[in-house]
Formats: sequence, C-alpha cells, structure tokens
Amino acid sequence: MSGANNRLAVFPTRMTLSVMKQKLKGAQTGHSLLKRKSEALTKRFRDIVKKIDDAKRLMGKVMQVASFSLAEVTYITGDIGYQVQESVKNAQFRVRAKQENVSGVMLPVFESYQEGTNANELTGLGRGGQQVQKCKDTYIKAVETLVELASLQTAFVILDEVIKLTNRRVNAIEHIIIPRYENTIKHIISELDEQDREEFFRLKKVQGKKKEAAARETLERETKQAAEGKLLAESNAAGASVHSSPVDPGDILGGEDEDVIF
Amino acid sequence: MAQTERTFMAAIGDEDSITGLLLAGIGHIDSHQKKNFLVVDAKTPLAAVEDAFQEFTKRKDIAIILINQHIAEEIRPLIDEHDQAFPTILEIPSKDHPYDPEKDSVLKRVRRLFGE
Repeated sequence: MSGANNRLAVFPTRMTLSVMKQKLKGAQTGHSLLKRKSEALTKRFRDIVKKIDDAKRLMGKVMQVASFSLAEVTYITGDIGYQVQESVKNAQFRVRAKQENVSGVMLPVFESYQEGTNANELTGLGRGGQQVQKCKDTYIKAVETLVELASLQTAFVILDEVIKLTNRRVNAIEHIIIPRYENTIKHIISELDEQDREEFFRLKKVQGKKKEAAARETLERETKQAAEGKLLAESNAAGASVHSSPVDPGDILGGEDEDVIF
Repeated sequence: MAQTERTFMAAIGDEDSITGLLLAGIGHIDSHQKKNFLVVDAKTPLAAVEDAFQEFTKRKDIAIILINQHIAEEIRPLIDEHDQAFPTILEIPSKDHPYDPEKDSVLKRVRRLFGE
C-alpha cells in the first residue's frame, strides 16, 4: 500500500470530494501543530540534557564532600554505620512529585521535605556529636542535589518518549495520511471527470439519434406530401376545389412532439 | 496520580554511602519489616543485589533508587532494561569509586541521541 494506489476506498461523488478536502485540510493543520509541539519539546529536551550534564558533575563534587565529612565522623566517633542502620525506623527525608506542564506533557518534579523526628539524635552522644550533625547536614544537601537530578532524569525519560511519539505522528501524517487523502481526491476528481465525459457523450448520442429520426420523418413526410400533391394535382385536374391543403400544419408539430425527450 | 504515593527513596550501595544516606534520613522500614536500602560489600552475592533492585523497582512507594555506580556496573543489563519513568534510577559515586560519566545509563542515552 504505497504510491499512487494508496487511497481510501470511497465512492467518487462530489460530497465525498468535499469531505476529503476537509479531511486533508484537517490533516495539514494537525501536522503543523504537531510539528510545532515536537519542536517545543525538543527545545525543552535539550535544556534538560544540558542541565543533567551539569548536575551530574555537581553531584560528583557534592558526594565527594559528603564522603569526606563522613570520614571525619568515622575518625572521631568510630564506625557509626551499624548504629545508624539499626536505628532506622521511618523515613525522615521524603520526596513528593509535583506536575509541571510542558506543551501538554506532564513532567514530574520531585520536591523533598522532612517528616517526623530525627532517628539519629543520640548518635555520637559520647563524642563527635557535632561532626555527626555536620555530616548529616552535608548529606541532606547532597541528597537534595540528587533529588533535583532525579527529577531532571525523569523528565528526560518522559520527554524522550513523548518526542519519539510526536515525531512518529508527524511522520505518519506527513508521509502516509496526507498522500492518502491527496490520492483519494485525485481519484475522485478523475472519476468525476470521466463521468462528465460519459454524460456528454451520451447527450451527444441522444441528440444525434433525435436528429436522425427527425430527418427520416421529414423525408417521409416530404415523399408523402409529394405523393399527395401529385394526387391533388390529379384531382384538381379532375376539377375539384383548388385551395384545400391536405396536410394540417398542426399535424407536423404533433408528430414531432412524440419523441421529444427534453 | 500514582506518582504522588511515591514518597520514599531507596538505596543500594556500600556501607559508607548507605550510612551517609541514612544519616540524611532516607531510611525506612515498613510494616512488613522491609528495608528500603541494601548494604553491599564484597561478600554480598550478585543475586541478592539483583533481587533487591527488582524489588525496589516493583515497589509502588519508591520514587528514586540511588545506586552506587560500581554496583550498577555489575547489574548493568537490569538497569538498561528499566525504561519506566518511575522509579528513577540514579547512579551515585561512592567513596572508593570516583564518578565516571561515561558509564552512566542515562548519559549513555544522551550521547547516543546526539550522535556523539
């Protein structure tokens, strides 16, 4: 199904033609709108990609600083890993997703918030409590960076998907739907022209037949007239009235009326 | 929206990374005593990491999965397979393994898209 044969199976009438023209126009409008949408999304997408690149680099640095502060804690307090893992109960650091609308695409934006109480209040109570607090703050900042990066990354994945979808639609309309409508319109127009020509030819033929019939009739009438004229002349010669016409003019019209079609 | 119920972050990493992240307060143990983090050391079998990763991706309350890059390297096929927007997988550097942008799944995709 491609090329010139690619068209809808419709009955070629003037009404279908106008419907098809409307549909073609709709497809063209849709195509230009979708194209613009795709362009807007691509622009946004490039922004996000750039931001992701920067954020990933920033994350590297932030995590390094955080690791260093944890090393400080370990140096002063000793290993707190086990203690921290055991005191986990409820998440204090949580995220919630908000929606952001970019040309009709919902992009999630993560937002971090604190909930509940600090589970590690007593960690490092003996010594190094300050370092533990500092380390905690550093890590909270680091995780906030990570959350930001995560929203960028989610937006990246979703946008990627949507852009692919939109481009697919744009291409489908451009290369399949619009040519199909155009072919259908061409087909309908050629069929209608063909019908016009057939109709014209038919009229010509009918007219020709009519003329033929008329000519034959005239000929017949004339021979008849001639014969009657001869007869009349003979009867005149025999001595009858001179001025009586044998054929009534009304008869001629009446005779012709029978095969008038239009 | 289903996404609004995703409020937790999960973490897979070495002990130091996990300790730091837990200090920040991301740790959570739910009513089934399930943790949202996994400490991976040299003795942790790969299957355990894979199981944990798959469990985290299936859970409906996790919005972001943080995973150390050197661990992500080991379960790379699983990570590349994950194409959903939620939960987001974020590769983070660890103390002993500096961050290498070349290995990141997302950055690899970025590079592929721009034909570099």
